[in-house]
Amino acid sequence: MTAIGTATLLPEAFDVTRIRGDFPILSQIVHGKRLVFLDSAASAQKPRPVIDAERFLYETTYANVHRGVYGLSQRATETFEAAREKVRRLLNARDAREVVFVRGATEAINLVAQSYGRRFLSAGDEVLITQLEHHANIVPWQMLREEKGVKLRVAPVDDAGELDLDAFESLISHRTKLIAMAHVANALGTVMPVENMIRLAKARNIPVLVDGCQLVPHQAVDVQALDCDFYVFSGHKLYGPTGIGVLYGKAALLEAMPPWQGGGDMIRSVTFERTEYNELPWKFEAGTPDIAGAIALGAAIDYVHGIGYDAIAAHETALLRYAEHELAKIKPLRIIGHPRRRSGVISFLLDNAHPHDIGTILDQEGICVRAGHHCAQPTMERFGIAATVRASFGIYNDRDDVDALVAGLRTVQEVFGQ
Amino acid sequence: MSDVMRDLYQEVILDHGKRPRNFGALESASRHADGHNPLCGDKLTIFLVIENDRIADVRFTGAGCAISMASASLMTEAIKGKTEAEVRSMFEKFHVGLTGKDDAAATVALADLDKLAVFGGVREYPVRVKCATLAWHTLVAALDHAEQPVKTE
Repeated sequence: MTAIGTATLLPEAFDVTRIRGDFPILSQIVHGKRLVFLDSAASAQKPRPVIDAERFLYETTYANVHRGVYGLSQRATETFEAAREKVRRLLNARDAREVVFVRGATEAINLVAQSYGRRFLSAGDEVLITQLEHHANIVPWQMLREEKGVKLRVAPVDDAGELDLDAFESLISHRTKLIAMAHVANALGTVMPVENMIRLAKARNIPVLVDGCQLVPHQAVDVQALDCDFYVFSGHKLYGPTGIGVLYGKAALLEAMPPWQGGGDMIRSVTFERTEYNELPWKFEAGTPDIAGAIALGAAIDYVHGIGYDAIAAHETALLRYAEHELAKIKPLRIIGHPRRRSGVISFLLDNAHPHDIGTILDQEGICVRAGHHCAQPTMERFGIAATVRASFGIYNDRDDVDALVAGLRTVQEVFGQ
Repeated sequence: MSDVMRDLYQEVILDHGKRPRNFGALESASRHADGHNPLCGDKLTIFLVIENDRIADVRFTGAGCAISMASASLMTEAIKGKTEAEVRSMFEKFHVGLTGKDDAAATVALADLDKLAVFGGVREYPVRVKCATLAWHTLVAALDHAEQPVKTE
């Protein structure tokens, strides 16, 4: 074996059966039924190459990175930095220096709020977000509001779950100092018009942060083409391990930002009088990083690239369409949000049955869905509801999963009446 | 549907979940409290009229899953006419019945609660226990004159 997690799949016809075979967890039986996993938007399952990458690292190549003079540490460092290069290619960033490893998208947004926000925003400045954000793209800005007196502006969405682009534009003012939005809304699956939003922001020289958590597992992204200033995602939603995520930032911005945590690895030299910080990206990576997590994320990226985003998008788009079509046959079922472009997620309600009761009954049928507010309470509030059932799809889902969901919902109807 | 499910969603629970009894605000309430389960968004308000240390009347408003609605509904029926001490003792038994580690003790506790024993099935669903106990936590808060909304988190 020469490299960790090298993709073994060739980009050819999408074979969902073979892909399912790559995910050991999917072969298990739950309550006597085949496991139907429809909660990948919360966290995706892991394919064998990702699991093997961590094991292989610990069994053959592990040592701390950026430190040892010995060969093992050098190999670990090379493998770790090779994972960074894989992320660079995934996002088409200009330079691997622009890729900072963090714990997840939540930490990435907090980093930007605490470093960029604290340094460059002051009382009265505005941060503009949308009504469909995950709590992780709301609360860090509220904390900055508490600390610095910045204002939080929220662009509304319509009944279909689409951003009102005119309202968004009208909310941009001369005080707007940062715009932050999801690439795909996690509760409804709306693909946001980020290209247009970024164009409007760029015309006014306003930096933009895009939360790509729900897009990266489904579609290729090109941060240079987007021209966003920050792009964040979590590894665990991209079939990688938990505890690792990415902050992409344009080099010039990252250079201008102060470090947000201090410690080892992020310094060049330390005396009691003065510390010189390390260069990018390590300036933002204080302490021993999640070495195995980053390397396994690299393996996940290889795995996804091995299948190919075109094939993934084709499979998932067809599956989403099939799911929407089949769910529509259940008459008292109401899908929340009808965006023109949907990705990965269908959120819905059934008359007579509460999402939590639906979730419990579906679980008995071996079906995992999310029931609740999906860490997006303002989205729920916008639609006047407390919770939804959310079915979310990944590369390993197939029509049988959709059929099982529909059959499970029929069981719910039997219990609760139509 | 599996037997395990039938055990959880018994007819009584489905009936009370769908058509909760004692539902609505109580203008004459001497005490009331709000309960909230942030995880699932369930919200309840319990209204109490207490006369001579007894629950003279009780009603509730709110929205939530079948388990939480049925629990609130059956609770209001069960506590009417009871003294405050009796109600607190019932809550204790309900709690032991749903969450106690000892299965035998749980069965004994539930057996004392007549109709409320239908919630025994919830024992098998630890994440749903909060749904069943929200009404009771809120009731105790009303008895305690709690000002803050109760959260079953």
